[in-house]
Amino acid sequence: MSTSADPTGVPRGNGLSGLLCTGLSALLFVWFLTLAPQIADGASLRYVIEWVPSLGISLSFLLDGLSLTFALLISGIGALVFLYSNTYLAGHPQFDRFMLFLFSFMLSMLGLVLADNLIALFVFWELTTITSYLLIGFGHETAKGRRSALQALFVTGAGALALLAGFILLGMTMGTFELSEILARGDELKAHAYYIPILLLILAGTFTKSAQFPFHFWLPNAMAAPTPVSAFLHSATMVKAGVYLMARLHPGMSGTDMWMWTLTIFGAVTAVAASIFALRQTDLKQALAYTTLMALGTLMLFLGQQSSYAITAFATFLIVHSLYKAALFLVVGCIDHATGTREADVLGGLGRVMPFTAIAAALAALSMAGFPPFLGFIGKELKYAGALGVASEPLFVVGAVLLANALMFAVAGVVAFRPFWRKAGGALPKTPHEAPWPMLAGPVILAVLGTVFGIYPDLLERSLVAPTVASLLGEIEDAKELKLWAGVNMPLLLSIVTVVSGAIIYAVHRQARTMLERMDAATPSFDAGWDRFLDGFKALAAWQTGVIQSGVLRKYMFVTFVTVLVGMGGTMMARGLGLTVPDFSDATGQSVALVLMILGGALLATLTSSRIAAMAALGVVGIAVAMVFIVFSAPDVAITQLLVETLVVVLVAVALLRLPTLDSGGRHWRPWDALLALGVGTVVTLTLLAVLATPLDRRLTDYFEITSWPEAFGRNIVNVILVDFRALDTFGEIAVVVIAALSAYALLRTTTTKGQGK
Amino acid sequence: MNSVILRAGTRYLTGLLLIFSVYMLLRGHNEPGGGFIGGLIGSTGFVLFAVACGTADARRALRVDPQSIAMVGLGLALLSGLFAAFFGDDLFTGQWLFLGATETEKGLPISTVLAFDIGVYLVVFGSVLTLVFAMEEEI
Amino acid sequence: MEALLAIAIGVLVAASVYLMLARNVLRFIFGLVLISNAANLTIFVAGRLTTGAPPLIAEGAEAPAGLVANALPQALVLTAIVIGFGLFAFALVLMFRAYTTLGTLYSDEMRVAEPRPEDER
Repeated sequence: MSTSADPTGVPRGNGLSGLLCTGLSALLFVWFLTLAPQIADGASLRYVIEWVPSLGISLSFLLDGLSLTFALLISGIGALVFLYSNTYLAGHPQFDRFMLFLFSFMLSMLGLVLADNLIALFVFWELTTITSYLLIGFGHETAKGRRSALQALFVTGAGALALLAGFILLGMTMGTFELSEILARGDELKAHAYYIPILLLILAGTFTKSAQFPFHFWLPNAMAAPTPVSAFLHSATMVKAGVYLMARLHPGMSGTDMWMWTLTIFGAVTAVAASIFALRQTDLKQALAYTTLMALGTLMLFLGQQSSYAITAFATFLIVHSLYKAALFLVVGCIDHATGTREADVLGGLGRVMPFTAIAAALAALSMAGFPPFLGFIGKELKYAGALGVASEPLFVVGAVLLANALMFAVAGVVAFRPFWRKAGGALPKTPHEAPWPMLAGPVILAVLGTVFGIYPDLLERSLVAPTVASLLGEIEDAKELKLWAGVNMPLLLSIVTVVSGAIIYAVHRQARTMLERMDAATPSFDAGWDRFLDGFKALAAWQTGVIQSGVLRKYMFVTFVTVLVGMGGTMMARGLGLTVPDFSDATGQSVALVLMILGGALLATLTSSRIAAMAALGVVGIAVAMVFIVFSAPDVAITQLLVETLVVVLVAVALLRLPTLDSGGRHWRPWDALLALGVGTVVTLTLLAVLATPLDRRLTDYFEITSWPEAFGRNIVNVILVDFRALDTFGEIAVVVIAALSAYALLRTTTTKGQGK
Repeated sequence: MNSVILRAGTRYLTGLLLIFSVYMLLRGHNEPGGGFIGGLIGSTGFVLFAVACGTADARRALRVDPQSIAMVGLGLALLSGLFAAFFGDDLFTGQWLFLGATETEKGLPISTVLAFDIGVYLVVFGSVLTLVFAMEEEI
Repeated sequence: MEALLAIAIGVLVAASVYLMLARNVLRFIFGLVLISNAANLTIFVAGRLTTGAPPLIAEGAEAPAGLVANALPQALVLTAIVIGFGLFAFALVLMFRAYTTLGTLYSDEMRVAEPRPEDER
C-alpha cells in the first residue's frame, strides 16, 4: 500500500499491524452491517456469558438500534482511521504500540456500547479511560503530552469512580445489574428515594467523560494526541460514551424535572461557551476540539427532553456530527502532514495543491454549517424542531441552539474554507502536497456519506435513526421523518437566520478573536484552575502526612490507644452496657494471692528505674499468670508459659545488660499518659465484665469435646485442636514464629557500625 | 561461666532434656504436652548447653544450622497438611494409619497429625535456637 | 473469680499502656510483655474458669466425664504465648540494633528514615 506521493522519505517499517487492524475493523463493520436489517425490523439481540453469577454480574451484550448505531460508527470510522494512521504515522518507531493501543481502545468502546450489565459496562468504560490515557500520552516525550494525558485520566477517572458508586447503588436499589431489566422498571426507579443520588453520581461520570461544562477543559488539551486519535476518540467515539450512557438510561430515568433541567442547562451552557471558545482558536485542531464540545453539549441538551422531535434530532445529529467531525479532523491531519502547521492565520491557498482534501473538507464543512442538501441541514432542521417542541422554556433552548449553530457556521468557514481558498498568511514550513490516498480515503468517504445521506435521508432513517429512537422511546413509529424540504416553517426560518448571522460572524471573526482573547485573559481559566487544584491537593497531602505520620513512636501509640479508648468506651456507652456489679464471692485466698502478685509486678515494672527490678517484676507477672493457668485447669498452657518465661530470662540476660540503665530522664511523671492508661485499663475491665455477664456460647467447645476421641483419636483436647481441628491456623502461627526468628537473625547478622553505645 | 561442674553436668542435662522433650512431644496427643511444649523444652536444653559451653560447642553438637531445622519443620507441617489432598479431603484433614490393628487392639497409630506436631516441634526448636545463638554470638 | 481477674487484667493493661507511651524503647518493650500477658489472660478468662478439670479424656472414655475446662481458649492462648515470645525476641533485637547503630534508646531521637525538617538543614 506504499504510495509514491509520500514525500517525507521516511523508511516504511509498519509491518502488518496497521493493515491487520484496518482489516479486522472493516470485518467488524461489515458484520454489524449484516445485523442491521434485523435491528431495523425492531428486533434486539442479546447474548449472555455468566461471569460472577454469585454477584449477579454477567457479560451480557445487547444489540439494539442505539448500540448498533454506535457500533457501526466505532467500527466504520475505526477502519478508516486505522488506514489513515498507517500512512500518517508511517515509520514511527512505536507504530505497533500505537496500533495496539488504538485497537484495544476500539474493542473497549465496542464493549461499552454493547454491554447490557452495569458492571461489565463499567469495566469497558474504564478500559476506554485507560487506553485513552495511553493514546493521549503517546507523545510522552513532551511535558505537555504527559500533562494532558494525566489530566484526562484524572478527570474521567474521578468521574468513573462516582459512576461506579452510582451503578452499585442502582444495582442494589433495583436488585439486578442487568440494564435491560432495570430500564424496564423505570417508573419504580424514578419513584425510589435513591433516584436523585443515583442520577447525580451517574451524571458526574458522564459529564466528565463527555467533557460537559465545568469539566470541559481536558478535551482541548487531549488534542496533544496524534490527529487520528483526536478524530477517533475525541470526536466520534470516546467522548460520546457519556452521551451514549445517558441515551441508554433515557428510557428508565428520563422524564423527571431533575433529569430535564440538569441536562438542558449543562448541555446548553457547554454548547454556547464551547462555540465562542472555538472561534477564538487559531490552531485548527483546537478549534475543532471546541466544536466537539459544542456538539456534546447539544446532544446532552436533547437527551434532556422527551419529545420524539428532540430524540430524532439527537439520533440524527449524533450520526451527522460523527461523520463530518471525523472527516474534518482527518482533513486537518492531512493539512498538518502536508504543510507542517495548523495555524489558521498562516495557512492559505491550499485548494489548488490539495484538491481532493479541499473537496472533502468543503463537503464536511457544508454539512457542519448546515447547508442543504447535506445531512447537516436535516440535522439542524430537526434540532430546531426539537428545540421548539421543548415543553418548558423553549426560547432558552432555541436561543442556545441558534447561537451555537451560527458560531459553528463561522468555525466551519475558518477550518475548511480559509486554508484552501484564501491567500496564505505567511510562509509555510513545508511545500504542500496532496495527501496520499490512504489518508484521503477517510475524509472523502465520510464527507461523501454525509452528502449521500443528505440527498437520500430515507436510507439513514430506516436503518439507524428510527431504531435508535425506538431504543430510547420504545416505539419505532415515534421517529420523525428525515426530510430535506419540509415546507416553509419555523425551523426553516431559523435556518436562514443561522446562515445569515453565521456569515456575519465569519466576516468579523478575526476582530472578534482579539476581543475574545482579551475576555479570555480577564476570566479565570479552568485549565490553570486545574493546576492550582493539583498543587493544593499535593500540599494537602504533604500537610496531612506531616500531621499523621509524625515519625514519633509515642504519638502513634497515643493515637492508637485513644482510638481504642474511644472506640470501645463509646460503643459500650452507645449500646448501654452499663456497670454490672462484679461478683467476688467465689474468690479464694489462693487466687487473691495470685492477683496480688500480678498487681504488684505490674506496678513495680511501671514505676521502677532499675532494669533488673523491672525484669524481675515482669518475671513475677509471668509466673503468676502461669499459676493462674495451673489453678484453672490449663496444664499445657501453664507449661508453655513457664518455658517461655525461662527463655525470656535468657534473652534478657544476654541483651539487656549490655544496654544503658533506665535513666531517670524518661521517668518523670506523665499525667496525661497516666490518665489515658487508666482509661484504657478501665474500659478493658468493663468490657470483660460485660462479656462475662453474657452466657457462654459453648457450641464449638462441645463439638471439640465430643469428636476429639472418636474422630481425631486424641485424648488431649487442646492438642487435638492445635494439630488437627485448627491445624491451618497453627501452621500460620508457626510460620510467624519462623519469620520472627529469621528476621531477628538477619537483623543481628547485618554488619553495622558498632560501639557507638559502648 | 567457666565452671567444670556446670559444663560436665550440662552435657547430661541437655541429653536428658532432649529425651524428655521427645517424650512430651509424642505423648502430647493424649496427655499434656505436644509440639510447642516439646520444642520449647528441647531448645531450653540446648540454650543451657550454649550458656555453659559457648555457642560454638552448641552449634557443633547440633550439627545442623538451627534455621534449617526450623525450615524443615515448616516444610514438614505443610506437607502433612497437603497430604490430605491426595485422598480428596480438605487441606489439613488428619490421615490415620493404624499399624497391626486387630479387633480389640487399635494398633500403633501413624498419622499426618503426628507429622504435623513434629513439624511444630522442629519449628519451635529451630526458631528459638536461631534467636538465642545469634544473640549470644552477636551481642 | 473471673471478676477479680478482670480487674487484674485492667491494671495490667493500664500499666502496659503507660509503659508503651514512654520515650525509652526499653520501657516500651516491658509494656509489650505485659500487654501480651494481659491479652492471653483476657482470652482465657472470657472462656470461663474451671478448677481441677483439665480438658483431657480419660482412658477408655469416649468424651470427657462431666464439665471440663474450656479447651478452645487454651489452644488459642498456647499459640499466642509462643508467638508473643517471637515478637518479644524480635523487638528486643530490633531495639538492640537501633541502640548500637543510633546510640540512643529514645524513640524521639531515632530519625534516620524521616529526619525532622530542622535536621535536614
